[in-house]
Amino acid sequence: MSLAAVTGVGIHPFGRFEGKTVTQMGVDAVRAALVEAGDPRIDAAFCGTAYSGVAAGHKVLGALARTGMPIVDVEAGCASGAAALQLAAGAIRAGQYDTVLVFGIEKMPKGIIRSSFFEPWREQAGLAATPSYFALRAQRLMRERGVTKDDLAAVVVKNRAHGVDNPNAMFRKAVTAEEVLASRVVCEPLHLWMLCSPNEGAAAVVVRRAESAVAGTIEVAAACLRSHLPGSVLGEATPMAGIDDSAITPPSTLAAQQAYEQAGLGPDDVDVAECQDTDAARELLAWEELGLCAPGAQGALLASGAHHLGGRRPVNPSGGLLAKGEPLGASALGQMVELVHQLRGEAGGRQVEGARVALAHTVGRGANASVTILRRH
Amino acid sequence: MVARSIQPELFEVRSDGSCVLVGGYCASSGRYHFPLQDCCPYTGATDIERVELSTTGSLWGWTAVTTAPPGYDGPVPYGFGVVELAGQGLRVITRLSEADPSALTFGDAMTLVVEIVGADDDGDVVSWAFAKPDARMTDPQMADR
Repeated sequence: MSLAAVTGVGIHPFGRFEGKTVTQMGVDAVRAALVEAGDPRIDAAFCGTAYSGVAAGHKVLGALARTGMPIVDVEAGCASGAAALQLAAGAIRAGQYDTVLVFGIEKMPKGIIRSSFFEPWREQAGLAATPSYFALRAQRLMRERGVTKDDLAAVVVKNRAHGVDNPNAMFRKAVTAEEVLASRVVCEPLHLWMLCSPNEGAAAVVVRRAESAVAGTIEVAAACLRSHLPGSVLGEATPMAGIDDSAITPPSTLAAQQAYEQAGLGPDDVDVAECQDTDAARELLAWEELGLCAPGAQGALLASGAHHLGGRRPVNPSGGLLAKGEPLGASALGQMVELVHQLRGEAGGRQVEGARVALAHTVGRGANASVTILRRH
Repeated sequence: MVARSIQPELFEVRSDGSCVLVGGYCASSGRYHFPLQDCCPYTGATDIERVELSTTGSLWGWTAVTTAPPGYDGPVPYGFGVVELAGQGLRVITRLSEADPSALTFGDAMTLVVEIVGADDDGDVVSWAFAKPDARMTDPQMADR
């Protein structure tokens, strides 16, 4: 079977860009990716976005005079960009297309994310504040895994330190644990700096069919998307009620298991990972869900520096969402851009030396969870 | 005057001031759910019976929301959490009358109360909340009602 290879990536920095439209940001990212890929003919395009409105992907490609092919906007919450990549990789492997453009765009309002997912009564009742759900999850993680508030601050310190060297990040200043804990409490135990900022940005990836890999080929070894199983009251599905969820496999684990199987790899093979750090506790939960950490080992692993740059397996070398911010539809593809730079050895001050296997993870609304594995041959 | 429930299909406020959450029970799966659906959220089965859920339970998780989220006009800060309902194995997302997280502990006994979250032309709009049983008696808002 043929394989899907990444032949170009492009990014518009993540941050706040007053006066710049989401279409313009998309144009910047897509054009950069197309240039890297050698300006190929595109057979299809998938655009991840949640807040950009009708036919948003068409507007970007229309501005670039690159239309005529099928263009499909894909919404899968925080996993939108990864869902778009999954569709592209699957279509390429199946022989439907030779070259597919995948991009993600977003321009989000400031503050607590407002989502049409919640009915108006749920907002009026105060039951639609996303950080409050994150806080409950953080509290349970602290209770069940021995994670401490200092551990949560340490995650922020790690990711913000990583973000210093990332020109595409929103926050590029290192912070101390004391500063994190001095930021205001949004929802106990989560302080403001432990939460990522919704923001703006775009990212693009060109994927092309290859009959075989040659040295340097960056292969999409797995691109998996899963959704939640019923039961958990804490997951990103945010139901109104749930049951004992101790035996219910979370969607991130379902996606990871499928991705490892598809790639013929395991967690120990991963050299570098980008994972969903919507809040500091979310990253520590992701370590466990992805098999990068034994349940309860989060504190020790943090202290060991294993997931810091320079450690055994850096996680979120880009600075993660805590440093970059989260433009929903673009965030997963921002991870791909980072990991492709890592695999090519082009990540500058945040380079993970000799990285050959990279894993990207997102999870969000709808309990859409994605795990993508990229491998450099 | 009876306050208006924020969503009467989910949460009934009766003329005597008592209140109850309305859920479903699926005989074939043996599971309760909330809100009431036509199909069991765990198996898809349709043998659903409308039930009034337990008005007591124990505290499973909690926090306080310190900034008004979009679409919310009620008081801030307010308590938010999960209460596991007595005898039904159901964990329900809920407001909590206690907005100070340090005043709560895991497993605290909780009881269902009404809480004002806004007003319309006809008067107060109320949501459900859970409170510690003793707090229900001393809450000045509730004493007026």
